[in-house]
Amino acid sequence: MLVALWMSRGIKQIRTVMVAGSTLLLALSVYLTIDFIAMRNAGITDAQLYTDSWSWYTPLNICYSIGVDGISVAMLLLSSIIVFTGTFASWNMKPLTKEYFLWYTLLSLGVYGFFISTDLFTMFMFYETALIPMYLLIGVWGSGRKEYSAMKLTLMLMGGSAFLLMGILGIYFGSGATTMNIHEIAQMANIPVNIQYIFFPLTFIGFGVLGALFPFHTWSPDGHASAPTAVSMLHAGVLMKLGGYGCFRIAMYLLPQAANELAWIFIILTTISVVYGALSAISQTDLKYINAYSSVSHCGLVLFALLMMTRTACTGAILQMLSHGLMTALFFALIGMIYGRTHTRDIHKMQGLMKIMPFLAVGYVIAGLANLGLPGFSGFIAEMTIFVGAFSVNDTFHRVVTIIACTSIVITAVYILRVVGKILYGKPENKEHLELTDASWHEKFTVICLIISVAGLGILPMWVSNLINSGVANIISNIQP
Amino acid sequence: MELAIYILALPLLSFLILGLVGKNLSHKVAGILGTLSLMVCTVIAYSVAVTYFGAGRSEDGLFPTLMPYNYTWLPLGGNLSIDMGVLIDPISVMMLVVITTVSLMVHIYSLGYMKGEKGFQRYYAFLSLFTFSMLGLVVATNIFQMYVFWELVGVSSYLLIGFYYTKPAAIAASKKAFIVTRFADLFFLIGILIYGYYTQDFSFTINESILLSASAVLPLALGLMFVGGAGKSAMFPLHIWLPDAMEGPTPVSALIHAATMVVAGVYLVARMFPLFVGYAPETLSMIAYVGAFTALYAAVVACVQTDIKRVLAFSTISQIAFMMVALGVCTSTDPHKGGLGYMASMFHLFTHAMFKGLLFLGAGAIIHAVHSNEKEHMGGLRKYMPITHITFLVACLAIAGIPPFSGFFSKDEILTACYDYSVIMGMFMSIVAALTAFYMFRLYYLIFWGKSLYEEQLNSYNSGIIKEKPHKPHEAPICMTAPLVILATITCFAGFIPFGEFISSNGHAYEIHLRTEVAISSILFAIAGIVIATIMYKSGESKLTKAINQSCKGFIKAAYRRFYMDELWMFITKKIIFNCISRPIAWFDKKVIDGSMDMLATITQRLADFVRPMQSGNIQSYSVWFLSGTLALVLILLYLM
Repeated sequence: MLVALWMSRGIKQIRTVMVAGSTLLLALSVYLTIDFIAMRNAGITDAQLYTDSWSWYTPLNICYSIGVDGISVAMLLLSSIIVFTGTFASWNMKPLTKEYFLWYTLLSLGVYGFFISTDLFTMFMFYETALIPMYLLIGVWGSGRKEYSAMKLTLMLMGGSAFLLMGILGIYFGSGATTMNIHEIAQMANIPVNIQYIFFPLTFIGFGVLGALFPFHTWSPDGHASAPTAVSMLHAGVLMKLGGYGCFRIAMYLLPQAANELAWIFIILTTISVVYGALSAISQTDLKYINAYSSVSHCGLVLFALLMMTRTACTGAILQMLSHGLMTALFFALIGMIYGRTHTRDIHKMQGLMKIMPFLAVGYVIAGLANLGLPGFSGFIAEMTIFVGAFSVNDTFHRVVTIIACTSIVITAVYILRVVGKILYGKPENKEHLELTDASWHEKFTVICLIISVAGLGILPMWVSNLINSGVANIISNIQP
Repeated sequence: MELAIYILALPLLSFLILGLVGKNLSHKVAGILGTLSLMVCTVIAYSVAVTYFGAGRSEDGLFPTLMPYNYTWLPLGGNLSIDMGVLIDPISVMMLVVITTVSLMVHIYSLGYMKGEKGFQRYYAFLSLFTFSMLGLVVATNIFQMYVFWELVGVSSYLLIGFYYTKPAAIAASKKAFIVTRFADLFFLIGILIYGYYTQDFSFTINESILLSASAVLPLALGLMFVGGAGKSAMFPLHIWLPDAMEGPTPVSALIHAATMVVAGVYLVARMFPLFVGYAPETLSMIAYVGAFTALYAAVVACVQTDIKRVLAFSTISQIAFMMVALGVCTSTDPHKGGLGYMASMFHLFTHAMFKGLLFLGAGAIIHAVHSNEKEHMGGLRKYMPITHITFLVACLAIAGIPPFSGFFSKDEILTACYDYSVIMGMFMSIVAALTAFYMFRLYYLIFWGKSLYEEQLNSYNSGIIKEKPHKPHEAPICMTAPLVILATITCFAGFIPFGEFISSNGHAYEIHLRTEVAISSILFAIAGIVIATIMYKSGESKLTKAINQSCKGFIKAAYRRFYMDELWMFITKKIIFNCISRPIAWFDKKVIDGSMDMLATITQRLADFVRPMQSGNIQSYSVWFLSGTLALVLILLYLM
């Protein structure tokens, strides 16, 4: 696909290639999902399916080994949906359309690679592949203080990956393994506990930075605010999931004793993230900032749930990743479309958009309701699974933090409804806004696709929770003492 | 019973159709589509009720609890899962009848009331959504399904209150309603979590041994659930959203904020009633006290409001509190030994839905005629709106508790239950009942009696004082008056339904019998209230009224401002949460956390600036560094040797 893109000349061609490519990816992911479920139903119980492995750097036993379990299948599906809709959302991207899409595709390549690899080093490599294009995408095609934000984002994430690299090396040498394959290391389970104590925090923070863990989340508001629409979508929708996924699959899976012992520190941090992010969102005035802080809160919930280390809570965490990915993508898409028309994101400068652009406004209301956890949308099932799972840990500390985290459902309602009331309802007062148009077909298409996904997950949650069940169970059984 | 699923499916279907393609339909088609689907739905609900109660009791003397549908919707690990299904038992059947009846009336009524409004299709879509969620709530097979629909009901209420989305008051009211109830739902959710964890089940029917093992936490769990119920049912101090919710279209107030959604809290407590009585009697008493206080508070506030919808809103709060009290004063599941309140509460829920729906729809007709909510613009309307007048009067008599109207019977049962609990509670509630009669008749006289504003204006028009010909109030069209007449008829006769036959606290038939002393005293209290209202308001505000107003000015003002509860809440949310928590956090994030990250960057840059000049490309300076470095090394080596 990259090659095809590089060859294509005109904007039409680029679009065709992108649409064809992302549709193909989406179709493949759907096929993969269906096939995966079919194989599971057929009674195949291996932890990983579709495994394959090529050695590419023998001195360090680095292999290009891939394989998927239920969690990664779900993540791949999520990524495909977002890449697909993101393509439509950046229909009129200018200037340097070709380069934009090249980097965009490279970014998604990194993401896909990350989710399918089962080799520590390969995974890390894809992780980096996903990060670098971000710098350019924001720095070149962004808006506002784009250079500052791009630099900040990249440096903070790079800082995180420095921790991560140390963690990975620690795991590799600590286990004395002759392989970098995650599952083999996990099965050996021979990393000494004192080494785990050092490397668990490193790895967890390394991934946590990407998962917007308090206090390492500040790249997110600035980064999102400056990024172009589709990049925001992909970033919040998929890239932030890399953090949660990595925390679960590497930090907790491979370093279980330390994870159990040190979880409380991170539980406190994530609880702060959840409530603090939501509270900060209340007093923001820029749409993207509101949504970025909301992401901090929701992603905090993902890490929070993972650290509860019960099967239900972790299933909830994965559901929350999916749900947050889709919802935030929807939100950023809508914000981008509104910004593209009004050229402002300040909520005090917009009123009565419901009258001017009904389609986008209704979409925004639906996104808002989904975000605040209305039953029928994905947010509800994810949150409920998390809360029920977290509550089943029987001690006071976990109970108290769960209740604190629950308060976020109220705070979320406050900031969502505040925005909806301010910008959508009321009479349009800004004269310049009166002549703005409603969504064009490709924008409608993006929004509708995402709404269907969010509602689909929310109305029929059974199949997803079946899909990820075995994957979660496998990892959890390794963590639980 | 299998038909019951269609009761849910039809409104959902009509919501989807109207919501997705409503724009392309004409107003007429949309309205008729919504109304028709609900009409079918009502017919099914009635047939379910008839077959269910007609099938009679099973051998143990109880009506069977049926569950024609129950599917796992979301597995939650272990034994826990969220199920979706349909539960048929006496109270859910009763609720089905109430909801479909009132909803159908409102649908028909709205054809006239909302005629020509912008967003007519949207209105019907939301009405269908609301009806669907409310029905889902009452047939819930487990507490979590109830919570799911509970949230959906909340959101449909939000959408309908904010229907006039260009009106700032409506926006604020819808936001307030949603956030306040959401705040209460937080407690509900925590209650569910505790309940679910200790019983490992979300269903309503849990066997006794499990409950016993969880008995230590049940009072807490049930208490928290009650807080959720108190939010929806507008119990003090979570009532603040309901009066503001009157910003929505009036038929919506009739359906959601009078007859159905606001009684969800009562229904919740009734649903969990066996648990409350068995394991949390203290919580139940607490409910009684909260209810009693709310009843009094709302009744007092209702006496001085000037907006007729606000009067009705506070009256609703007060009446729902009556139902809560009735549940709260129960001490056993045997209706003969202190369990009467359960039946009384459900009975009152039924009659109240009818007459309060009627009052609101009547108020809607009046507002439609005079284009105002304020009492100043009304008066003397009985000549112009005879049907509305008579039906409104019927409803007033019913709510005041005058026989043979339905309200008398149900309220009388509640008072009896209160007297059984304690004499003080009984007296207290009787006084509140008298206040009810007073404020309702105050309202009645202010609207229909006294000087007519229209006549005054007409006189001044005729004598040339004002130029504009005043607008003459007129009776509402037939599609609005028909529901009024139907509801009034139900109100007249519903009292004679042998309610105890169908619903009682232990499921066995209970024959309602009036206790003479309670009945007589309650009638006397009601008449006293009406007489005072007649003296004070029959012909406008009399001298006496003015004198009273003058003498307790301060109190009346405080009551008019609802004893400053709204201000208090505003203070907490705006001043404390927004300004003292959220703002500082945002500042902290920007300055301290982000600042420290930026500082790291700055420090790195400074360091770089410091190191950079060394790489100047200047041979002389390199050689100086080189030589001094070698010297230093040599010195160190020498020293070490």
